[in-house]
Amino acid sequence: MADHAATHAVHDPNIGTTGLDHRKMGMWAFLGSDCMFFGSLIGTYLAYKGKSISGPSPRDVFDIPLTSYSAALLLASSLTMVLALAALQDDRVKVAARWLLATAAMGLHFVLNQVYEFWTFVHHHDLTLSTSLFGSSFFVLTGFHGAHVTGGVVWLLLLVGLAWGGRLDKRDHTKVEIAGLYWHFVDIVWIAIFTVIYLIP
Amino acid sequence: MTEQPSTAARFPKRLDWPLVGLLAALLLLTGACSWVGWNWDTPMTTVNPKSDFGRTTHAIFMLISWWALGIFIAVEGALIYACWRFRERPGAPIPKQVHGHTALEISWTIAFAVILLIIAIPTIRAIFKTQEAPAATALRVDVYGKQWWWEFEYPQHKITTANELHLPAGQTVAFFLNTPDVIHSFWIPQLGGKRDVVPHRVNLITLTPEAPGEYPGQCAEYCGMSHANMRFRVIVHEPAEFEKWVKAQQAPPVESADVLAQQGKTLFAQSRCVGCHSITGISASRIGPDLTHFASRKTFAGSLMTSTPDNLTKWIENPEHMKPGALMPTLGLKGEQSKALAAYLLSLK
Amino acid sequence: MATPAAFMPGAKAEVPTFWGVIASWLITVDHKRIGILYGSSAFIFFLIAGIEGLIMRLQLARPDNNIVSAQTFNELFTMHGTTMIFLAIMPMSAAFFNYMIPLLIGARDVAFPRLNALSYWIFLSGGLLLHASFLFNAVPDGGWFGYANLTSSQFSPSHSIDFWMLGLQILGISSMLAGFNFLVTIINMRAPGMTLMRMPVFVWMSFVTQFLIVLAFPAITVALILLMFDRFFGTLFYAPAAGGDPLLWQHLFWIFGHPEVYILILPAMGIVSEVLPTFARKPLFGAPVVIYSGIMIGFFGFGVWSHHMFSVGMGPVADAAFSIATMLIAVPTGVKIFNWLGTLWGGSIRFRTPLYFSLGFIAMFTMGGLSGIMHASPPVDLQQTDTYFVVAHFHYVLFGGSVFGLFSGAYYWWPKITGKMLDERLGTVHFWLMMIGFNVTFFPQHYLGLIGMPRRIYTYAGDLGWTFWNLVSTIGAFTVALSFLVFIGNVIKTARSGQVAGPDPWDGRTLEWSIPSPPPVYNFARVPEVRDRDDLWLQKYGDGHEGAPRPKPAPVTAAEIAAIYMPPTSFWPILLAIAMAVMISGLLISMYQVIVGGLVTLLFMYKFAVEYHRPAGGNRH
Repeated sequence: MADHAATHAVHDPNIGTTGLDHRKMGMWAFLGSDCMFFGSLIGTYLAYKGKSISGPSPRDVFDIPLTSYSAALLLASSLTMVLALAALQDDRVKVAARWLLATAAMGLHFVLNQVYEFWTFVHHHDLTLSTSLFGSSFFVLTGFHGAHVTGGVVWLLLLVGLAWGGRLDKRDHTKVEIAGLYWHFVDIVWIAIFTVIYLIP
Repeated sequence: MTEQPSTAARFPKRLDWPLVGLLAALLLLTGACSWVGWNWDTPMTTVNPKSDFGRTTHAIFMLISWWALGIFIAVEGALIYACWRFRERPGAPIPKQVHGHTALEISWTIAFAVILLIIAIPTIRAIFKTQEAPAATALRVDVYGKQWWWEFEYPQHKITTANELHLPAGQTVAFFLNTPDVIHSFWIPQLGGKRDVVPHRVNLITLTPEAPGEYPGQCAEYCGMSHANMRFRVIVHEPAEFEKWVKAQQAPPVESADVLAQQGKTLFAQSRCVGCHSITGISASRIGPDLTHFASRKTFAGSLMTSTPDNLTKWIENPEHMKPGALMPTLGLKGEQSKALAAYLLSLK
Repeated sequence: MATPAAFMPGAKAEVPTFWGVIASWLITVDHKRIGILYGSSAFIFFLIAGIEGLIMRLQLARPDNNIVSAQTFNELFTMHGTTMIFLAIMPMSAAFFNYMIPLLIGARDVAFPRLNALSYWIFLSGGLLLHASFLFNAVPDGGWFGYANLTSSQFSPSHSIDFWMLGLQILGISSMLAGFNFLVTIINMRAPGMTLMRMPVFVWMSFVTQFLIVLAFPAITVALILLMFDRFFGTLFYAPAAGGDPLLWQHLFWIFGHPEVYILILPAMGIVSEVLPTFARKPLFGAPVVIYSGIMIGFFGFGVWSHHMFSVGMGPVADAAFSIATMLIAVPTGVKIFNWLGTLWGGSIRFRTPLYFSLGFIAMFTMGGLSGIMHASPPVDLQQTDTYFVVAHFHYVLFGGSVFGLFSGAYYWWPKITGKMLDERLGTVHFWLMMIGFNVTFFPQHYLGLIGMPRRIYTYAGDLGWTFWNLVSTIGAFTVALSFLVFIGNVIKTARSGQVAGPDPWDGRTLEWSIPSPPPVYNFARVPEVRDRDDLWLQKYGDGHEGAPRPKPAPVTAAEIAAIYMPPTSFWPILLAIAMAVMISGLLISMYQVIVGGLVTLLFMYKFAVEYHRPAGGNRH
């Protein structure tokens, strides 16, 4: 067992010749790709902004206070994510698990707010995917972002589960760090989307 | 670690020159025969332009072609020469391990960039020149690309026709390009380059045909089943002849004395034909081609077939059979009915 | 073939059974085996797409022909293009990335071996879904670039476009996952001493290619998502009646599509950059310049996409801008060609089959590049686009370029992969038949385009002067097909009685030739120390500056080999790929399948992720 550990101290298969962790690098590559993905969706939204020929306009349907609250939630969740990682790196597993749970909860709250928003658009404003270019581009752009957040929430909850099962500690800080990278990315994309959709007239 | 001796014994160390010589001769012979076989004066040629638009672009094509030929000879020549001159000789030492040559790199980069500049300048000029707004005196033709035929409307003359585009020589024509369905491309090779028709967009091509003649055109953007059959004919007239054509198209439909044709006329007015086709005084739909002066055209169905009684009869009975995917439905008209309709259409000069 | 089990520390030697062998391929995570899986699959798809091409050429050999119907022909050109690009050339390049990159950088595997296997199985499921369309008589028929709004439900009501759309999405996922893997591998797993500039040029070109893949594929992913939502959920992205713009599809598609063509050609250029120095016995001339040119091509390749759209009416400013950008990109491309010539110049050239194909690449790609310069000029392009001229152009660069380059790599690295030499005489016959056949097929197509023959037409009239050279082109196509039979014959013959290759049959310059053929599962018994791009050459011959060649190191001990850790096999990659395929194909069948498939996919993703995560209270691994 001792040489086994020694071999791994010498050669952790996850650390490469630059000294960086493969998984972190892989996450950065994925985020670069996801940037282009959201860039294309945002580009589509911008191309069609103001081009709808019928149906409610953004001003008719947006609830800026609610969506601002949601945006703040997501921003705050990035903070709790940072705190979770810091706690884990300090080997305070239970604290880390709580911060991860808080992050997931805020993310879930964000998604539920979005579901509520979609519901009101459909039922109170008659705005659906097929109503107009605004409907199509709005729902697809924010929907895919929401799907990313949902995926992140599931990921975080799984990490919480591992922590509660005694399977997560300081040694796994890289795994939590890359979850954090993903979470911050999703948050930053939301800032861009929020600005383009809700703030710019 | 040198090459394994057993592999060396198996195959020739040098290129088999007799074989190469034979192949080179074969290629040259093919090339020579090919030269004889390239006829550039075909109906849809792009290298024998008959309009100002065509000439402008052809001049750039020739410019690029000569430079391309030069580069081709230089590069391929250098390649073949290097292979011959630096082939391995038995017992040769390892050659000098040259890693590069900065001056050479700079030179050939600049030389190539200069050639591209020589091509770019007339290119940019031509882009702007050929996309200038047409003069107010231009003849306006509104083109509609529909699956799978072409409709032509002359708003200044209040004429609508299909499949055959008539133009006066020497006058600038401005084509306003539209489509109610999918993307097609409007192309008359002898008169110049193509421009797509895109739904909910109006594109523009301006050109001046120079000489009377007949020039085939064809859709050049895949648009579904019968894309290959979406053809049209362009007939350029002397100006006086064109005016005659305009007057004939503006005239009311010809009343034929032929009994069969009259039967056809009655049948037309009573059938579902009127749902898609217009004949002045009888019907007014633009889903299908305007038939008012059907017989003034030599071809029909996207210029796919010549307007003969036989072709027409078969078409009326079963359009899809003659043109895959044709949107004209089979109306269940047969025998005397279809013959009558054909006779009627052929009377509409 | 070295089986992983035999080399696992503490493993017992096993007698292989038939099902055991099959299973070992299904659960492999060895980059070499995955490379062979990619290569064999790609070759089979290549033959299928080739047959599609031959049938098209038969139909076009005579005017007004009726060998196939209009519908079938439209399906044939759609599948030929889609298959060749996504199921033949890209995976064949992937085969070389997989097999060769770790060997060329002195690594024992890629960064994420299980993800690597997953990429392959996802690719295979995408190829199978696309071809399942044949079973359901819903073969894609919208052309390989599927322009909106022809692909809308209104104008393409059958499931044919759905198969195409979903198949491409799956293939995109596969390519992107592999892209992340190779990016990390190349950055993070190079042998000590191998700085970026000491990386072999094939690795460099592959490196740029991976950047292109991960940054360009999202655009087509979005384009396809918008199409999927239009077709399945009634959105209006490409609906002109609601204000949607079919040109949005074209922009998104070509923002992907142009980098895609560099994805298709850069690996082949990388192969040529390895083969020429070996057979000319000189280093690659201007290697840094070739590398920088590759980087520039990759970077600027994102700025030229609308040169595929010169006929749509973007206006003179856009036309001019994209024209200039396209001509700019020609410069680094031309520079590479000059550098290859410089590599040959002053060399001592041994003519073997790998070199023939690389020489063929240079000759044919130059011609394709020259017709490309014509296309870069919009006024000229308006006559040539959408005609057989552009068909000739892209076949010269994709076949004359990529396919020739990939065959060069196949002949070059065949001895390393299989341990046997391919027959030189048959290789020579293959080359000349393919070279002649290829030119007879495609050179006349320049002429056909210039005399007005549009592309994607299932037939044509006999009075346009197109008949004779269409027939000649068809004869050429069958000659090319014959050349592939020669290749297949070569493979079969040498599989049985081929000459043993040894580690370094070509007197190579790079690391892969320093290990046995085929390599053991761990590739390098001892991780190499690298001092030069052509490190092996230096070891053998010195370079005139260092004095005598380096002294040979002490032989590797059994203890060293026993200490090597190789990743174990895993069945989660293939299971996860199957779950994803079930989920995505559910979109064609029922939402229940999507939901169930989706849940299973999530479950398998979790299992995949925690496969090597320690159990409660345990140590890692």
